Amino acid sequence: MIVIRTPGRLSVRLHPRVLAVGTVCLVLTLGVGVLAVGHGEYPMSPADVLRTLTGGGSAAEEFIVTQLRLPRLVTGLAVGTALGLAGAVFQALVRNPLGSPDVLGFTQGAATGALVVVAVGGSSAALAGSAALGGVVTGLLIYLVAWRRGVHGYRLVLVGIGMSAILTGVNGYLMTRVPLMSASRAMLWLTGSLDGRGWSDVVPLLAALAVLVPALLACGPALRMTELGDDAASGLGVSVHRMRMLLLAGAVLLVALAAAAAGPVPFVALTAPHLARRLTRAPGVTLLPAAVIGALITVVADQVALRALPGQLPVGVVTGVIGGGYLVWLLATERRAGRL
Amino acid sequence: MTPRQAGEPGLTTVPADGPAPMTVPADGPAPTTTPENGATSMSTSRLGGSGLRLAYDRRVVAEDLTVAVPDRSFTVIIGPNACGKSTLLRALSRLLKPAAGAVLLDGADIHRLSARAVARTLGLLPQSPIAPDGIGVAELVARGRYPHQGLLRQWSPDDERIVAESMAATGVDDLGDRLVDELSGGQRQRVWLAMALAQQTPLLLLDEPTTYLDIAHQIEVLDLCARLHEEQGRTLVAVLHDLNHAARYATHLIAMRGGRVVAAGEPRRIVTAELVEEVFGLPCRVIDDPETGTPLVVPAARARAGTVAR
Repeated sequence: MIVIRTPGRLSVRLHPRVLAVGTVCLVLTLGVGVLAVGHGEYPMSPADVLRTLTGGGSAAEEFIVTQLRLPRLVTGLAVGTALGLAGAVFQALVRNPLGSPDVLGFTQGAATGALVVVAVGGSSAALAGSAALGGVVTGLLIYLVAWRRGVHGYRLVLVGIGMSAILTGVNGYLMTRVPLMSASRAMLWLTGSLDGRGWSDVVPLLAALAVLVPALLACGPALRMTELGDDAASGLGVSVHRMRMLLLAGAVLLVALAAAAAGPVPFVALTAPHLARRLTRAPGVTLLPAAVIGALITVVADQVALRALPGQLPVGVVTGVIGGGYLVWLLATERRAGRL
Repeated sequence: MTPRQAGEPGLTTVPADGPAPMTVPADGPAPTTTPENGATSMSTSRLGGSGLRLAYDRRVVAEDLTVAVPDRSFTVIIGPNACGKSTLLRALSRLLKPAAGAVLLDGADIHRLSARAVARTLGLLPQSPIAPDGIGVAELVARGRYPHQGLLRQWSPDDERIVAESMAATGVDDLGDRLVDELSGGQRQRVWLAMALAQQTPLLLLDEPTTYLDIAHQIEVLDLCARLHEEQGRTLVAVLHDLNHAARYATHLIAMRGGRVVAAGEPRRIVTAELVEEVFGLPCRVIDDPETGTPLVVPAARARAGTVAR
């Protein structure tokens, strides 16, 4: 552990391993990002990409990078950051590795919101707004049903599973009401995709991240105290209920806006916090590494979907397959370790 | 934190040289002192409550309960299962908001104070705290510093010193790098006590600190509590199951039954066969503990009691 102290009685604690993992993942993410922007029908070398990004490219390059390719990358980064961070918050709040928006039903709620708009017809903005609303309303419902009298990890997970089952049914019904012409649009959205994203798609999420990332990170120390149990955390001076409400609201908002921007990209929120914990080996929740790893997973998965697999698949296919496999592996190992 | 002549652990002496004036709890002649004429009303008390109605939703556990924790005492709350002793501790520690009445900490309603402000004065070790996976001993103890830290004041030299002192005081200083999961039950409980000590609160509340421990570890933990009480002058409040432990270690005993205080005072004065019968419904004899001279409750044999006691 490194401690940095200033003469003004300020002090900051840093765990070298957490710092290292965070830095490496950040560098990897940026590296993959540069490669991603260089990829396409008009290939550009990393040097060209960097030159263009710093304002030294031709007008054509400028247009390709900032208008065509960068929005997709930034959407992927923002969505991954939001999902990784929200996933870490959920898992810490419910003290259960299954506490992810995929399992708890927020994702399905966002899908319901989106499908309603697809069924009745509406603009992309309306679809995004409705998806965000669906996620938030689902969060509210789950809170009312499961959370009123303090958190119990298992109860929340069970209510969430029930909620997601109900919503999956509702979504199936909505799919049958969707006009045939719009069905492929609905399916593509449901898979989670970064195709054709423009700046307008990602701006609401970026704005939310600008506010919520610092806010959630500031709650990190209090969140770590709640790992000792609600009573112990209260004894240490954490306003457990208020903190939980704030964190839940912030995390639901992030998930809902991420779904609005890219559809319900599955399993990033589940996988990123686990990877962060395994890599950093830090006890307890590690919010920032989870956010960085979420961004890395999403961007890498998008590149794999685009390049390594035939047919330019949406990103959700890759995160679903990888994340689902990870979940199965996790259930097996955690069960063996007696934690589930 | 004024060290004083360490007496024998469990001897029900009262600190005489502390800075705060302290009156010995009133020597009520009757073992069954009612809360109203308060066995503790003569001593100074930073923590207490009056007219407390404690309830979970609609289930009322205690009605019109009045208690006072004498300063610098080792107060132990005893009583049969479901008598409301843990509930009382929850109320005293701000975990449970009374449906009526108020818990006062330094004269202020504890529920009007911020959680953080309370946590700087009053520490709490709950019955079964959770050690996060893979956490080290020193790291866990350091969490006790939370109420004194801020976003930009995460680890001051004071924090470092106090954590080291707390670990030394509880004898876990050589376990610093071990994982909490790997420790024995007694060691783990000492680590949790170290965390509570690191919080540096003049008042410390312990909810059944000896549960799940074998007899040797129970005594180890209680000896430690008695030492912390004597050497560091802290006020300790503990819920204990074992009446004999309570009588040996407490300087002030609160006996509860059915949500009310049956008796409160120094164990030597209040622990009698009649009281035990009244509180626990257990026929018994009370003799002097050959080790400490404190009351020792010996349950009556079946033939003598005429019934099966347990």
